[in-house]
Amino acid sequence: MFSALRVTFLTLILTLSLGSYNYIYSQENEVADDSVLVDDAKEIVDVETVNHDDPIEAIFHHVTDANEIQVWGDIVFPLPVIVRKADGSWSTGISSQYVDGKDGLVLSHGHIVNVETHSKDGLMDFSITKNVFMMILSVIVLSYLFLGVKNAYTKRGVTSAPKGFQSLIEPVFIFLRDDFIEPNLGKYTDKFSPYIYSVFFFILINNLFGLIPFFPFGANLSGNIAFTMTLAVLTLIITNVSGSKSYWSHIIAMPGVPKALWLLLTPLELLGILTKPFALMIRLFANITAGHFIVLSLTSLIFILGSNGASIGGAIGGTAVAVPFVLFMNALELLVAFLQAYIFALLSAIFIGLAVVEEH
Amino acid sequence: MFLFNAMELITPNIGLVFWTTVIFVIFWFFVGKFAFKPVANAIKSREDSIEKALASAEKAKEEMQKLQADNQAAVRQAQQEASEILKEARELKASIESKAQEKAKDEANKIIADARLEIQKQKESALLEVKQEVSKLAVQIAEKVLEKELSDNKGQQELIADLIKKLN
Repeated sequence: MFSALRVTFLTLILTLSLGSYNYIYSQENEVADDSVLVDDAKEIVDVETVNHDDPIEAIFHHVTDANEIQVWGDIVFPLPVIVRKADGSWSTGISSQYVDGKDGLVLSHGHIVNVETHSKDGLMDFSITKNVFMMILSVIVLSYLFLGVKNAYTKRGVTSAPKGFQSLIEPVFIFLRDDFIEPNLGKYTDKFSPYIYSVFFFILINNLFGLIPFFPFGANLSGNIAFTMTLAVLTLIITNVSGSKSYWSHIIAMPGVPKALWLLLTPLELLGILTKPFALMIRLFANITAGHFIVLSLTSLIFILGSNGASIGGAIGGTAVAVPFVLFMNALELLVAFLQAYIFALLSAIFIGLAVVEEH
Repeated sequence: MFLFNAMELITPNIGLVFWTTVIFVIFWFFVGKFAFKPVANAIKSREDSIEKALASAEKAKEEMQKLQADNQAAVRQAQQEASEILKEARELKASIESKAQEKAKDEANKIIADARLEIQKQKESALLEVKQEVSKLAVQIAEKVLEKELSDNKGQQELIADLIKKLN
């Protein structure tokens, strides 16, 4: 019963992901054709050089951010646009207003770009993009779930057994706390655990939302370097702001080490302050993006072998190969979604724990 | 084109950095304060209460075991006491019996001895009486015989006198 349900669910997801991919392809072609209307030499060059049987374009389209969300085929969900232009003026509106150009900007391939240069050069895009939209959604969902859990505790008391989502969250909380929060943070657990929990659930839900291929999910938010960088920088700030005297002395002037060696070790340690969060940033970004890449690349097999619709036999062959692989990859990505959230939270706890510890 | 895309992929967008910071920090403070902290505390207090309940259950179990042991000891002691009492009673009974028997025997012996003594006495007194009677009878017989013979014989009178002397 359960497994049948699961198979149905996975098949549905797969079908939808294949379907949406197909539409991305068709839209890629259309958008490219439309943009010929924009009198721009560079775009014409682009149209000539872009091979639409080449899946790279579509894959990048999928994993990068966008100023609109493709719901199904030509149906797009427009998003608010807030852009600061090179001359310092701001342009705001809804992305659908920019299709035919507005304020010297135009919506091309889902991105707001300069009409003249057809690039984002000089623009500062503060729009509610696909990623920001999903991030807001994820925060709303998380807040709703966790305030519900908290209410369950206050309403039903701590002596009664947990129920519903509460009983799903409780073991996760206990696992995180006993596995690495308390061992690393010790008496500082209460001070830093909200950050660790926030990071874990924030990354986890966006990893999972990123795996759901239909509207309004599917944005590659946790595989976006800006997102991972922000979280890594927050860990960096917390680590160094709460760093104890002993932490700094072990970086700048290690006790028990010959002073001559400080010349060598201090720069290394100072560099280490940055490399740790840098590794956090790259790890999450690379893992999630790579997962999306592999799923999309495998899906592309259908279109490559099917010559983008020309060869039915090839498409069937491609499907036969792609479906099991994509299924496997989706299962793997599910694991990676949990694993990467866990690793990010674990390493954040370790870095903060190492910084706050006084003497050892 | 690939290079352009790849560069886009690894170039952080200022807008997304801005929104991630704003949204995450709000989430961290808001949900951290109103959900994560209370939930963590609730879990902690739940664990404490479970631990306390387990400890008290363990204690109750120990107490019950102790109580059971006490009960068993009391039962054993009572049994021992009962058996001791029984044993004593049996001994007492035996001693009473034997004493009674002895006493009875003594009594019987005494009675027998008394009876024997009485018999002896009676016998002796009877014999004495018989003797006296016999002697009386003999005297009377002798008187009668003598009345007849003594009248005619002097020597015989002397003999009689001699005999009477001996008799006394």
